[in-house]
Amino acid sequence: MNSTPLLSVRDLSVEFLTRHGTVKAVDAVSFDLYAGETLALVGESGSGKSACALALMGLTTLPGRVAGGQVRFDGQDLLAAPPRVLEDLRGNRIAMVFQDPMSALNPLLTIGTQMDEVLVRHTPLTAAQRRARIVELLAQVGIPKPAERLDRLPHEFSGGQRQRILIAMALACDPQILIADEPTTALDVTIQAQILELLAQLKQRLGLAMLLVTHDLGVVAKVADRVAVMYAGRLVELSDADALYAAPAHPYTAGLLRATPRLTDTRRRMIAIDGVPPDLRHRTRHCDFAPRCPGADAACAERPALQDVGQGRVAACVRPFTPVWTQVS
Amino acid sequence: MSDATPLLQARDLRVHYPVRSAGWFGKPVLARAVDGVSLELARGETLGLVGESGSGKTTLGRAVLRRTPLTSGSLHFKGEDITHAGRAQLRDLRRHMQLVFQDPSTSLNPRHTVFDAIAEPLIVHGWSDGRDALRRRVGELIAQVGLPADSAERYPHAFSGGQRQRVGIARALAIRPDLIVADEPVSALDVSVRAQIINLFQDLQQELGLSFLLIAHDLAVVRHVSHRIAIMYAGQVVETGARDDIYERPLHPYTRGLLAAVPEPERGHTKAAYTVATGEPPSPMSPPSGCRYHPRCPLAAERCRLAAPPLETRASGHAVACWFAQPIPATP
Repeated sequence: MNSTPLLSVRDLSVEFLTRHGTVKAVDAVSFDLYAGETLALVGESGSGKSACALALMGLTTLPGRVAGGQVRFDGQDLLAAPPRVLEDLRGNRIAMVFQDPMSALNPLLTIGTQMDEVLVRHTPLTAAQRRARIVELLAQVGIPKPAERLDRLPHEFSGGQRQRILIAMALACDPQILIADEPTTALDVTIQAQILELLAQLKQRLGLAMLLVTHDLGVVAKVADRVAVMYAGRLVELSDADALYAAPAHPYTAGLLRATPRLTDTRRRMIAIDGVPPDLRHRTRHCDFAPRCPGADAACAERPALQDVGQGRVAACVRPFTPVWTQVS
Repeated sequence: MSDATPLLQARDLRVHYPVRSAGWFGKPVLARAVDGVSLELARGETLGLVGESGSGKTTLGRAVLRRTPLTSGSLHFKGEDITHAGRAQLRDLRRHMQLVFQDPSTSLNPRHTVFDAIAEPLIVHGWSDGRDALRRRVGELIAQVGLPADSAERYPHAFSGGQRQRVGIARALAIRPDLIVADEPVSALDVSVRAQIINLFQDLQQELGLSFLLIAHDLAVVRHVSHRIAIMYAGQVVETGARDDIYERPLHPYTRGLLAAVPEPERGHTKAAYTVATGEPPSPMSPPSGCRYHPRCPLAAERCRLAAPPLETRASGHAVACWFAQPIPATP
């Protein structure tokens, strides 16, 4: 792995202004994304994973605001960059794919027109070159007969095909980084499997760095090289994927892993993590996960910082790798 | 009625409805949402109904509750023919069969307290024991679904998604139904909370002897709770059988494709016994000829394009609709 990260996030914080005061949805999150790797940002709803991804691209909107931190890309801090610079980067060197393909496409414009807009904005290509490029892109993501179909409207495609089209659009300007926020969550399982396969192929072929935002550790297992786990707006574990699946360091990661359904599991009971995530309006001093952690004790009264747990991994737990779930049914 | 009579019995159920084809002046075409489905549900049994979007699973769930008009077929509940049940009979039937929705936040009125939400079905069905008894009954239900005791006077927004789904379940349980149709009850919930709800269904079934029709879009969630599984594709059941038959000895190529598509939370999981289905499900307006799965099927031959295979029983309780269904020894 290249030692200089492509994208470097330091102490990123995002706040939301609510009637009940300020909520820190993302609290001092730091990670690096290296060229050609897939980093999965994993968490459940309210964990801050999507707020984090949007903030990277300068897409935080009110009532949210970036409250601090740095996002270094190509020698500059994106959080301090003027909007003009971000617009040049977005869709060009850093591209995004979102969860719901229908709402990300304009229903009144043909897919060819929408893809053309991206190329007009970011490339010097002629109209004929752009058309050829669009056909090539659509073929690359597995849309059959692309030359005939680029003059069709989004509703003439299925949900899976629309997501393929959005991926093609994201790839239009050969980005270095693809940020994919729950790209398969709205899709059927067989289509999800196809899209994950496509993303893995594209990463191989184009050497893309990908930040995959997801709640699903099954999806992560298929495509990620490294995994960052978020809980209550904070990073609780950052690890190489193989090492994480072999032995999760943080009790939350371990709990999430055993709660993710497996076909090979023949037990009559499903495994849950009891309780609910904390109310972010009322932050406490103790470990955020302590109220749900079977291994929590007095040592967890002071929230632990991320610490080195070996193999280049970090986890925010006073007793990483403790098998806290074994005594629970 | 003997115990052998199924609680619910559907025979060759069809639900077709007209939709307008593309364009403002398009001719109406028929969407064959449910196209000849037969199924049975015993007392105290959970049937997992699994299919992708457009498979007709949600329409079927509504059809067995008589919440959508039936085009043809017959429906029996506790041995009684309810195919043509009128308004009054349906009202009585709704006491015995309830629906739990996918999204707990949209199925609850934000201006009603949890007490109001749970008491509503009781009042609608003619509660006559007075206010105090109503409070006690709602209190019981709140405890039964595992909500905090002080929930009654709170509003839905004060609860998490999992807790709201518990409110929805308490509402469904209020009038002591025999059958609950749960349409993707956990797909809007976080992974760590899903299991809490699925386990609650199991506890309630043991306690109350309920039957469940559990509708899901993948095979991972229903495995733990279902006694039997039915796989739907393009409006029809393509395979049905006991839980272990479906997971360990699947016969239909589509079932195998669905099993292969579940992303397992394990690394290096490349030794998949089956291959993921290619292509996409067809539109209910223009289902393919013959076997509806043939355009996506790795086994498809000429015969499959010409004639639809019947749902045939191969082993005890294990039926499949495929011309070429052969047991494949599962690779270890």
